[in-house]
Amino acid sequence: MRRGTGIAVAAALLCAPPSARAEKLVTSLSAHRVMITSNFTGVDLTLFGTIETDASSVGRTGGYGLVVTVTGPRQPTITWRKERVLGIWVNAQSRVFVEPPSYLAVLSNRPIDDMASPDVLRRLQAGLTQVQLPQRVGGDIADVNADDPFRAAFLRIKRAQGLYREQANAVTFLTPTLFRTSIPLPANVPIGEYEVDVKLFAAGTMVAQETTAFEIIKAGFEQFVATSARDYGLLYGFATMLLALFTGWLGAIIFRRD
Amino acid sequence: MRPFSIGAGGPRSATSADNALQIYLPIADLPVNVFFILMVGIVVGFLSGMFGIGGGFLLTPLLILIGISPAVAVATVSSHITASSLSGVMAYWRRKALDLALAAMLLAGALVGTAGGVWLIALLRAAGQLDLAIGLSYLTLLGIVGTMMVVESGRAIGRARRGQPAEIRRPGSHSWFHGLPLKLRFKQSKIYVSVIPVWVIGFVIGFLGGLMGIGGGFLLVPALIYLLRVPTSVVIGTSMMVTLVTMASATILQSITNKSVDVVLALILMVGGVMGAQFGARAGLKIRSEQLRLLLGLLILAVGLRFAFDLVVRPEDLFTLQIPGGMR
Repeated sequence: MRRGTGIAVAAALLCAPPSARAEKLVTSLSAHRVMITSNFTGVDLTLFGTIETDASSVGRTGGYGLVVTVTGPRQPTITWRKERVLGIWVNAQSRVFVEPPSYLAVLSNRPIDDMASPDVLRRLQAGLTQVQLPQRVGGDIADVNADDPFRAAFLRIKRAQGLYREQANAVTFLTPTLFRTSIPLPANVPIGEYEVDVKLFAAGTMVAQETTAFEIIKAGFEQFVATSARDYGLLYGFATMLLALFTGWLGAIIFRRD
Repeated sequence: MRPFSIGAGGPRSATSADNALQIYLPIADLPVNVFFILMVGIVVGFLSGMFGIGGGFLLTPLLILIGISPAVAVATVSSHITASSLSGVMAYWRRKALDLALAAMLLAGALVGTAGGVWLIALLRAAGQLDLAIGLSYLTLLGIVGTMMVVESGRAIGRARRGQPAEIRRPGSHSWFHGLPLKLRFKQSKIYVSVIPVWVIGFVIGFLGGLMGIGGGFLLVPALIYLLRVPTSVVIGTSMMVTLVTMASATILQSITNKSVDVVLALILMVGGVMGAQFGARAGLKIRSEQLRLLLGLLILAVGLRFAFDLVVRPEDLFTLQIPGGMR
């Protein structure tokens, strides 16, 4: 995360003239830890923020563009394409995506394409079409062009799962400088560390950036079961088997008629 | 294979209903509706009690359809079958309608087979071909067994209508494997056969159980009847005994190898399954055995056709995502 911030700040310095860096973002998340318990069915986190301005930033034309990017823990993912072989559909071709985010939400107050030039957006990886999803091609690791079918399929499936999203109306300005957005975390959200990156655009450049983070963890019983299954497979299996035998035995006793 | 595409759907139908009934599954990593899963357990339990089968060949595809990954479905169903077959075994035990010696010999092969099946799952998952393998094995197995059962029971029903004796047990007709060595007499079953075909049958049942999350009752019952000529009276009890032990060990093996047994899901299914099985067993006693075999054959064929459909018809989305080592 440190490194990511460093790159972003460097990018900000490159693409924003010094005079435009007068705004400052102050943000606050409604929670920094989301617990997955047995009744977890998804949750919305709320992000509040203000834009602090000074004399040099007064009188901007065109208003602010705000992009909130939420990035979940990274996990290697294989995208398969089926082909018809001997009359049946089988997974034939695959591409390995190197550590793409398991969750990615890009929330903004208006279409991102209007906020800056495509070059700037690509450099800042602002928006789903601009985010880099490097693939392993042979021995090399490279991102492919945006219309690559595997990349498109990856984004489409992730969207269908509710894990990737891009919403151009998700950030609401309550006053010209006070904004809020809610980060939707669906029921199938992966556990781990999440990074929230807020970018402020004005007049075609990024004028301020702020990052914060939260984590999603399993808690209580869910955590106990998941840890036991992972770390004590034999014991877990044995306990499950005993539970099964007990349930079966109990059923036979309860329902016995003769 | 649409329901088996690991990425394409995610949790669907099970997530929509009332929040109060939702429970988050710690291993499958998704919330499900408790009553919905309980109902699935009851229905499958009813059918398994009625036909004297574990019901795995119905339950595993159903769970995958709900959005649970094949690896978790296969592993969790094994613990469900353990529970439902124990209550069955106890009922047949009281009626002394099982052959322990035959069950023990079948198990000798079955346990080796189960370990092999569980190991193969791990291998196929790593290669990204688990969906296909499960689809193909279900299609092949259910297609063959279903067709055979429908044809055979249809003939038996025809014979019964024409007033001919329904029993096709001919003590004089010997198959080729009756010439094999290591012959043993199984008193309860009134058969005298070599243990080699018994071990082989056991191995195949165990292997498929580990790989496909099926108890194998629907395979073992006809194998015992048609190949070993075990009388119908002890077949179901013996088959359930084998299922019980193979599935109990599959539960442990899956927990060690694939870490994909979801105990919460298993418990809900078990409770439903045990309840359903009791009523199913009573319903089964009221139906003639060849009619029961015809019904089971049709059910097996239907599930097989469903798999065939998914394999042959062009999928809506040709692409799927796989997270190596992940449950989803």
